[in-house]
Amino acid sequence: MDVLWEASESLTVRQVSEQLTERDLAHTTVMTVLDRLSKKGFARRQRDGRAWRYRAAESREAYVTELMLSALDQTGDRQAALARFVRSVSGSEARALQHALEALARPHDHHEDLSRS
Amino acid sequence: MTAVLVLGLMTATCVQAAAVLAAARWPRRAPAAAIVLWQALGLGWGLAAVGTLIGLGTAGQDPLGQGSAGPGPGAPGSGALGSGVAGSGVAGGALSEVGRLARGQLGLGPMALARLACLVAGLVLLTLLVWVLLSASAAVLRARQRQRALLSLLAHGDPKVPGALVIDYPAAAAYCLPGLRSAIVISAGTLDLLDSAELAAVLAHERAHLRERHDLVLLPFVALLNGFAWSPVVRKAHQAVALLIEMHADDMARRHRPARELATALLRVGAAGGGLAPSGALAAAGSAPDCDVAARVTRLLRPSPGLPAAALALVAMAATLAIVVPAAVLVMPF
Repeated sequence: MDVLWEASESLTVRQVSEQLTERDLAHTTVMTVLDRLSKKGFARRQRDGRAWRYRAAESREAYVTELMLSALDQTGDRQAALARFVRSVSGSEARALQHALEALARPHDHHEDLSRS
Repeated sequence: MTAVLVLGLMTATCVQAAAVLAAARWPRRAPAAAIVLWQALGLGWGLAAVGTLIGLGTAGQDPLGQGSAGPGPGAPGSGALGSGVAGSGVAGGALSEVGRLARGQLGLGPMALARLACLVAGLVLLTLLVWVLLSASAAVLRARQRQRALLSLLAHGDPKVPGALVIDYPAAAAYCLPGLRSAIVISAGTLDLLDSAELAAVLAHERAHLRERHDLVLLPFVALLNGFAWSPVVRKAHQAVALLIEMHADDMARRHRPARELATALLRVGAAGGGLAPSGALAAAGSAPDCDVAARVTRLLRPSPGLPAAALALVAMAATLAIVVPAAVLVMPF
């Protein structure tokens, strides 16, 4: 998939294989992987003579954004799908937490009740 | 009729107890016990509410002939099904009622119609409860499948966080993906933000979620929220359980890591994430009356003593009663 993301145009199976020289993969293996990626919708393919040409359906950044947005969106079912370490906080809450952190960094000053800050 | 009365009382008691539990402070001292009580109240309420409606629908059709006020032919010997399950409580009554209905033996007076309406309402409620649970599970599984597919393309390991997946994303984010093929996901931004001790504390917290399948604990309450979002009690219950799960995972993490590291990790990720929380949906979700993160940090830095054994026993007894009483009334002859 990294090969497809770095390519500026769509690639044939052979071209992808050539860029994966350090992995030493069989031609059929690469073909299977590309076929699976296109079935999952991550790669698009089009006929070019007797071969298929593959390109990434979306940029890497688009997928990272999708992944992170679905992790940040904690409404409804998403909340049960995965568990975040810290749920979203508002800007004022974040400032309160920042103050608490600074207070904590001072050695003798961490006895205040944070839920009232 | 006594059975219906008991079930009706149980329904109201569960709702009342949920409101009291949502406002109580003691759950923060014993999150695990409180989570068990919440589960019991949820299940007990479902059994009692469905049982009350179905019980009203079959009241007066007592196959034993006691108080047979209805005009329907609820006479003894009204069919193999009816007599076969006769005397087995509300559930049996409902079965025999449906049996009579199927054979067209019900009278159509106003009382019979009212009973029929209650029976239908009970069955609709039962269907709705099962449906919201199934659809929430399906949505959760779909979302996780997409997450796993994306992670397999984008994530890489990092020696700083052994066993976790790292995503090259500048903002602070850390979460776990529960399931049979579980994963802990950490953004590159989090790796920069936290030191190695804090990262270890985050991993310990997330591993507790995965190990104890906290997602399954929360799922019924997410399902209830999907079905009954208009109810303040349901909203409060969901919020309370979500927070208690986090506190329990904090407690588990504290067994392996110093509490202070977890507390500073919470503060750092919380403070960094706040600047990014953008949209209306997120802001609404974050407008809790008091800040959950601050409550968790306070708990970590100044741990209050756990509940005494007697109080824990009381909680266990309440949880048992909340389930056993409605279940018993449903299936036992009364």
